[in-house]
Amino acid sequence: MMTTGTAQSPLPAGLSGRPVVYELRGVSKTYKRRNVHALEKIDLRLTEGSFWGIIGSSGCGKSTLLKIMSGLLSPSEGSVVLSGKPVTGPRRDIGMMFQQPTLFPWRTSIENVVLPIEIRDGKEAARAKHDAGRALLELVGLKGFEQVYPNELSGGMAQRVAICRMLITEPTVLLLDEPFSALDELSRDFMDMELQRICKELNATAFLVTHSIPEAVILSDVVSVMSPRPGRIGATVTIDLPRPRTLDMMTEPRFGALVREIRGLLDKGAFL
Amino acid sequence: MTNELTAAAKPVAPQTVWTEEVHWLDRIPRSVAMLLLLCIFIAVWQAVYSLRLISHIIMPSPMETVVDIITVATNLLTGDYMLRALWITTQEVLAGFVIAVVLGFSLGLLVGETAFGERAVLPYLVGINAAPKVAFAPLFVSWLGFGIASKVALAAFVAIFPVIVGTAAGIHAADQNSRMLFRTMGATRWQALIKLKLPYGMPHFFGGLKNAAVLVVVGAVVGEFLGGGKGFGELIRMAASMINTPRVFALILFLSLLGLGTFWIVIQLQRKLIFWHKETVADEMFE
Repeated sequence: MMTTGTAQSPLPAGLSGRPVVYELRGVSKTYKRRNVHALEKIDLRLTEGSFWGIIGSSGCGKSTLLKIMSGLLSPSEGSVVLSGKPVTGPRRDIGMMFQQPTLFPWRTSIENVVLPIEIRDGKEAARAKHDAGRALLELVGLKGFEQVYPNELSGGMAQRVAICRMLITEPTVLLLDEPFSALDELSRDFMDMELQRICKELNATAFLVTHSIPEAVILSDVVSVMSPRPGRIGATVTIDLPRPRTLDMMTEPRFGALVREIRGLLDKGAFL
Repeated sequence: MTNELTAAAKPVAPQTVWTEEVHWLDRIPRSVAMLLLLCIFIAVWQAVYSLRLISHIIMPSPMETVVDIITVATNLLTGDYMLRALWITTQEVLAGFVIAVVLGFSLGLLVGETAFGERAVLPYLVGINAAPKVAFAPLFVSWLGFGIASKVALAAFVAIFPVIVGTAAGIHAADQNSRMLFRTMGATRWQALIKLKLPYGMPHFFGGLKNAAVLVVVGAVVGEFLGGGKGFGELIRMAASMINTPRVFALILFLSLLGLGTFWIVIQLQRKLIFWHKETVADEMFE
């Protein structure tokens, strides 16, 4: 376990060997018109294949951070670089997922999955990607559901289709905005394990924002705590549980200790 | 162990099969219920007639009305002057509806999709909508004459507002996450409109169309009342001026069928286009 104070060197031990994929340096955001200081000097370095979890209360500036990271908002200050290229707008090497599956009810599963291709490269290209889409649906355990409309899917199944849609463009980094918090507890645990398996299989680099400390701990290599007004990344905890993680680990003393440590950090910082 | 327990418990377990209570009125099938209500209505009507509560000159008996319905139906089926009048009104209704849909959709897009439309155009539309629209009828007659054009104009004018409102509301129906997702996918404004906002807006749009389908008949008939011509409205006006009340009832009945017809067309279109949307009570009526 290693805890750094404020994130001056936000790359904890164990990850330093791998190449940096996504880097934020001194990112601040002020909404001038409303005079809101949303983010203050955010530094982040995501290494290839790593999983970074962020814990923050509502209104800690995490939506602003995700919007900046996904190229929807420009920072007021600082630099955002993905794979060596500055992020100055939406990019296909960024995959994003929300709390809601956000599937379109007039499209079948497979049509929802290839939507990002259709938007960027047209209908022809989307049709050519149907095989890749089917393979992804199989990867998340939805073989045979290609032609099914979203209203016939359960919440967990719909989120799995959303995962496939995020993965179809083969993104370098996955931005996950509380992806499973609308699911019931049982589905959520299951989906966390699915997500871990998919990330391992694709060697994906992931950035997860969540309200759930156990979820962050079971999934992440590193968990940071975000505090509000202005949003900043506080303490960072390395999760030294072995991989692959299992749900059984949640009952181990080490897991409990990590959860307790992160909760302690939150109590100090987040609700002041 | 557990097996033994359940086996032992079995003989003493009391039967708890019971019937949930449903009111006998709720058990009646729809067709029977509808017929029942109609019978009650006719019985009350007949009672009012027999007791002479209202003068027979202005209140015909149910039987007289049925006879006249048959007369009108015969006239329509043999292609006599009433069919020609109904055809004129039908043309007015259809032309007015098409104009209301095309213009209303365009204006709805302008108001819903562009900031300029919302800021500059919408206040005027709200203002005009608040005005009693049929009061414009004499104006349409003086501009377009006593022919079919002035009725089409009034029908379209009355029916256009629900279409505008439905379209504009529909464009705003897509949720924040969907919009954000489209932006992260690098969608152009056009793509977001075609692939996101318009499909999501379809239920609202069709809600507007259903209102318009009913209003357009109102507009056409009021146009005929106030601007003459040779349509069904003129037949009603003439029958009423001769105090031929059974004829008025019969004509109104067939006019309602015209409104029901346009409504039915909209419902059929809606089912084809937005199969993914939950059906409403009004849709079920046509199943």
